[in-house]
Amino acid sequence: MAVDKAMNVLIVDDYNTMLRIIKNLLKQIGFNNVDEATDGSMALDMTKHKNYGLIISDWNMEPMTGIDFLKELRGSSSPNKDAPFIMITAESKTENVIEAKKSGVSNYIVKPFDAATLKSKMASVIGEF
Amino acid sequence: MENAEKSYGRDQVIQIINSVVSKVESTDKQETANSILSDLNALKAIIDEARTEIGSTRPKDINDKHIPTATDELDAVVEATAEASGTIMDSCDVIQEQTSKMDSEAARAIDEAVIKIFEACSFQDITGQRINKVVTTLKTIDEKVSAMLEVLSESLHVKHTETGEEEEIPPEKKLLNGPQLPENAITQSDIDKLLESF
Repeated sequence: MAVDKAMNVLIVDDYNTMLRIIKNLLKQIGFNNVDEATDGSMALDMTKHKNYGLIISDWNMEPMTGIDFLKELRGSSSPNKDAPFIMITAESKTENVIEAKKSGVSNYIVKPFDAATLKSKMASVIGEF
Repeated sequence: MENAEKSYGRDQVIQIINSVVSKVESTDKQETANSILSDLNALKAIIDEARTEIGSTRPKDINDKHIPTATDELDAVVEATAEASGTIMDSCDVIQEQTSKMDSEAARAIDEAVIKIFEACSFQDITGQRINKVVTTLKTIDEKVSAMLEVLSESLHVKHTETGEEEEIPPEKKLLNGPQLPENAITQSDIDKLLESF
């Protein structure tokens, strides 16, 4: 099934720089419907009101971290509870990756990353495009 | 040499405590009391000397000046890099807007280079996170020093005052070649206005 590039994508990061980078990279590969949140609780609230075909979230955020957002989302009755979820983090510890996987993460990207990495990880969770 | 003396001081304290304990257990009460008093006075002198030494190193400056200055400087680094990254990306947006109107191999090459610039801007996020870790560590040190000072506060305060030394001038006040923190700085336009007023 072809990937609908018009899908809504939610990106979550507490650094405005990263939000801009990810949004630009998504635009370059044809995804223009991008919403932004600056922490897990804001993102969780947004997932209650809109359908997302993909969620890309940073781990280290306050007050709600990316992993807590993922756990809350997966355990909720939100229409996005099973949405593909890519976690991004600068700290790539084995236990973090395991915790994320057990919590239902679809894929995991370590910072810094490039457009090619983002595209390949996206393709692995939503299909080739 | 200094370390050896400090080590000897610690040994001396232990020796005196052991001496006090053994004398308490002895039989002659009056003689024991005098001896214990003498030992306790010696112990007090050593403790006072240690406090004086600690006080003379101005440990309170760590909480009052050094750590706040360091954390403020690091916060300013994060702010400055965020601002610079924003400016770089604003310019990239303008370039991309222009290349989107072109249809040439050159435009595609420029777009690819612009993407690389965007990717590289992630340094701001990563350095920011690392700096925040350092700030957290400094705050932990700050708390530990505060706890230590609380224990020694009264005597340190007295000794500090007694030293009568001149206030230490922070390095940044001796030099004029470092960047100021934003809240302490005035803008170029402020400077221009100030100069024009003469």
